[in-house]
Amino acid sequence: MLNIKNLEAKVDNKHILNGLNLDIKPGEVHAIMGPNGSGKSTLANVLSGKNGYETKGEIKYNGENLSELSTEERAQKGIFLAFQYPLEIPGVNTNVFLRTSLNSVRKARGEKELDTLNFLKIVKEKSSELGIDEKFLSRQLNVGFSGGEKKKNEILQMKILQPKLSILDETDSGLDIDALRIVADGVNSYKNKENAFLIITHYQRLLDYIKPDFIHVLSKGKIVKTGNADLGVELEKTGYANFI
Amino acid sequence: MKTEDLKNSKEYKYGFTTDIENIRAPKGLNEETIKFISNIKKEPKWMLDWRLKAYNRLKVLKEPDWQKPKYPKINYQDLYYYSAPKSSSEKPKSLDDIDPKILETYKKLGIPLDEQKRLNGIAVDAVFDSVSVATTFKDELTKKGIIFCSISEAIQKHPDLVKKYLGSVIPLSDHYFATLNSAVFTDGSFVYIPPNTRCPMELSTYFRINASETGQFERTLIIADKGSYVSYLEGCTAPMRDENQLHAANVELIALDDAEIKYSTVQNWYPGDENGRGGIYNFVTKRGACRGKNSKISWTQVETGSAITWKYPSCILQGDNSVGEFYSIAITNNHQKADTGTKMIHLGKNTKSKIISKGISAGKADNMYRGLVQIKNKASNSRNYTQCDSLLMGNKCGAHTIPYIKNNNSTSTIEHEATTTKINEEQLYYCNQRGLDQEEAVSLIVNGFCKEVLQQLPMEFAVEAQKLVAISLEGSVG
Ligand SMILES: Nc1ncnc2c1ncn2[C@@H]1O[C@H](COP(=O)(O)OP(=O)(O)OP(=O)(O)O)[C@@H](O)[C@H]1O
Ligand SMILES: [Mg+2]
Repeated sequence: MLNIKNLEAKVDNKHILNGLNLDIKPGEVHAIMGPNGSGKSTLANVLSGKNGYETKGEIKYNGENLSELSTEERAQKGIFLAFQYPLEIPGVNTNVFLRTSLNSVRKARGEKELDTLNFLKIVKEKSSELGIDEKFLSRQLNVGFSGGEKKKNEILQMKILQPKLSILDETDSGLDIDALRIVADGVNSYKNKENAFLIITHYQRLLDYIKPDFIHVLSKGKIVKTGNADLGVELEKTGYANFI
Repeated sequence: MKTEDLKNSKEYKYGFTTDIENIRAPKGLNEETIKFISNIKKEPKWMLDWRLKAYNRLKVLKEPDWQKPKYPKINYQDLYYYSAPKSSSEKPKSLDDIDPKILETYKKLGIPLDEQKRLNGIAVDAVFDSVSVATTFKDELTKKGIIFCSISEAIQKHPDLVKKYLGSVIPLSDHYFATLNSAVFTDGSFVYIPPNTRCPMELSTYFRINASETGQFERTLIIADKGSYVSYLEGCTAPMRDENQLHAANVELIALDDAEIKYSTVQNWYPGDENGRGGIYNFVTKRGACRGKNSKISWTQVETGSAITWKYPSCILQGDNSVGEFYSIAITNNHQKADTGTKMIHLGKNTKSKIISKGISAGKADNMYRGLVQIKNKASNSRNYTQCDSLLMGNKCGAHTIPYIKNNNSTSTIEHEATTTKINEEQLYYCNQRGLDQEEAVSLIVNGFCKEVLQQLPMEFAVEAQKLVAISLEGSVG
């Protein structure tokens, strides 16, 4: 599904990613761990097509050259990024945002746009699975949401948009114990043979709930170690010192 | 460049012209022209005298030049001051008498005038160049004693009301453009709501400039008698032409004791092309008098069109406890310029005013909020709250805020907040990541920015206004 070869990324002449390789197949869950500033969010942004990066190397997504696609085209083709810091958009009703978003993606997939009624049915179902009070959805997008509420809202969007590749950037940070479990359940219930996850996290406790197939350690813009689920437990004990 | 070439530009969908035979006044501004207008409208002598008084006053007035947007000198002798479809020389008695071309024009503009297809719950007065061509729902309104007709008709049929109120808010010699309007005004709407009556539907006037080399001088007068309520909306469009055209309107509102007037504008005159050629000069004087106690006047404007917009819808808060509000969205793109804001003059005790202004500039456009809040010495316990937010798209546009504040009463307070922000790249990225393309993203964010104002509009128009906001900014980012 995703093949990254020798990816380099620069911002303002600062090298952030330095020859990164990664392959993700449908149905797989990959976790990325690594020290602050090692380039995890940068990788997520480059994959989803944020402006401002100068890149080298190759990223293939389902055989297509990602660099030729705009941010929205990537989103429409099933790449979803749950932001480390979800944005607030004042004056924009959350429901309206979700519906506009879903309809853009549906339109691109050649599906019919949903009317308000059908849309609300979907939202109702997905938000109750995540224990999100419907009242949230008539508030302005993320405005005044607590840290954890914003993160839950990201997972809600993931479940509504039904992406193929979901990149979660520290979605577990700032979640209380119950919310962590709910979010993890949300991911697990959405996981299937066709879609894949790239989960950026600092903590093993998320990986207790969502069993990754691979854990990668990112350091100074490179993957320096790849292992199975046990690697997380080891990192928890020893820290990154042995790998960087 | 010919008008035909301009038509190819995609943004302005109201840019078509209607090919129709006109009756025009001779070119130029002089007594003969004024007599021509008064005569063709079969006006009584007092009206002609009033016009001539204004004209004489005009001769000694100077065109103001303190505004930010500068424009080439207008040659007032090179304009037509009256242009009307030939077919309307007798005001049509019924829709069957209206030239089908005009009906077709309004249909294309989304304002069907025929009985069956009328807009639900909205009475429309349609003004085409210099004349009102139709007013819908008249009978239903008449039953309640509500008068909704063209100002020309009101001058003939309701002279006492017109004499009493015309020029009572904007004096004859107020300033250059207002005085010009008083001399040569052609048509516009007249509304009178009798005491203790709530107008059962939205009243709306749709202004269309069609003829070339013609100025439009609209005059509107709305009177809400004691304890009454009315919501009024005006919309405006014009064909694309490579000349600049002048629209100099005077609008006067009068609210007596316990009365409320809600006046909304969706202004979408032709803005000129992307190089700044053509477009309407929208030089408008709008003023409301809260004459009675507990009265309220609320202005809402969505200004997206015109090459230059220059207007300050104002409230004179005479009655104790009266309330004035001004909600504004001004969008300028390409080479458009707007210098707009409001004046809130507090005279009575416990008067309140609220100003919410949202200015959005893109391209090489310039957007200015200019406002005056004045609390006079007798206006005890009065309050004003002003909030001016500007949003910039790109690096070549400008936003300016000039609030003039004069408080002569120590028991009164004035609060002012202002922000200027650039459209947030991170927000755009977030929207793009959710599948929205650049234009959808801009539209969503800008509509969010304008929400406080948009939600003041009557429901039927809020949706249209949202679309208009999006269209006006097409191609402004990315
Ligand atoms: N626009 C930018 N300009 C300059 N430096 C940047 C820019 N964006 C990111 N960086 C730098 O690149 C490095 C990697 O940042 P990134 O956000 O990818 O780290 P991260 O691994 O996600 O860290 P954390 O765990 O703290 O979220 C950091 O040193 C950061 O300061
Ligand atoms: Mg990060």
